[in-house]
Amino acid sequence: MALESLQRDGFLTARLDDVISWARKNSLWPMPMGISCCAIEMMATASPRFDISRFGSEVMRFTPRQCDVMIVAGTVTYKMAKVVRKIYDQMPDPKWVISMGACASSGGMFRSYSVVQGIDQFIPVDVFVAGCPPRPENLLHALLELQKKIQREGSGVRPGQREKIFIPETSPVPAAGVAE
Amino acid sequence: MNDLIMRRLQEECAASIERTEEFRGDLTVTVKKEEIVRVCQFLNRDQELAFDMLIDLFGVDRYRPEARFEVVYNLYSLKNKKYLRLKVRVEEETPVVPTVTGVWPAANWHERETFDMFGLKFAGHPDLRRLYMPEEFEYYPLRKDFPLMGIPDSIPLPRR
Repeated sequence: MALESLQRDGFLTARLDDVISWARKNSLWPMPMGISCCAIEMMATASPRFDISRFGSEVMRFTPRQCDVMIVAGTVTYKMAKVVRKIYDQMPDPKWVISMGACASSGGMFRSYSVVQGIDQFIPVDVFVAGCPPRPENLLHALLELQKKIQREGSGVRPGQREKIFIPETSPVPAAGVAE
Repeated sequence: MNDLIMRRLQEECAASIERTEEFRGDLTVTVKKEEIVRVCQFLNRDQELAFDMLIDLFGVDRYRPEARFEVVYNLYSLKNKKYLRLKVRVEEETPVVPTVTGVWPAANWHERETFDMFGLKFAGHPDLRRLYMPEEFEYYPLRKDFPLMGIPDSIPLPRR
């Protein structure tokens, strides 16, 4: 096993892409794009009870230059779409997008002239999370699925060609300290 | 109180009033479009009535052949603790109403919103730009003939 070879020889061999993906997936810094009520659940996800830092994503940065994953949490209007896109463009590659909640994913209950009916019309989305708003557990589930995907896909796949993941409303990730 | 308002209005601007209506104590006065600023000035400056607060100003699309639009002014008198509603009827062919920003500065954004949503122009407004929709948007979303889901591609999205 890998551990034995490390103890015996003092080094490990692995594919570079695997090591890089492993490092990337365990320190995803989120860009909190909180534009309406979903943002409250996103903040709860960072709180001690749900504790997103268990998965290495507690460093929410309010500048896109330091972020890896944009969590779009809320209703995106046509006017706001330009802003969301601009912030996405300012994030350094490689970058991922979580579309949190019904509004960001599909327009939600706002079937109206002013609301974009799904943000995948103007940015490539990696994970869609169901819910209005989604529970913090669901957002954590989305993060874990994104981590698996990053490990699986490596660094060769461009945004837009990546696999899309859909997170249903019930989710297996428990809150911290809650027995499974 | 409604009697007093009616009496003072009859004394000062009887010719400006098209119709009055009282429903469960609420007084609604329909005013001639050209005279709205004068009536508002009077209601605002009169010591006795003192309608010093513009609660709301908005448009209505009745979607009928004559006088399709209305502009409604909800006034409040802090002194008398009394509400008053003014209405102006606007034709579709000439959707221009005199501005009341000179009477209540609060009317500024309300009139911009009404312009944005109904396409009613407020003559003399200091800054009549759209309030909610993008400036290059060409339609008026709260008109009854505007589809709920909007006009496809009327607002550009960033390229994917």
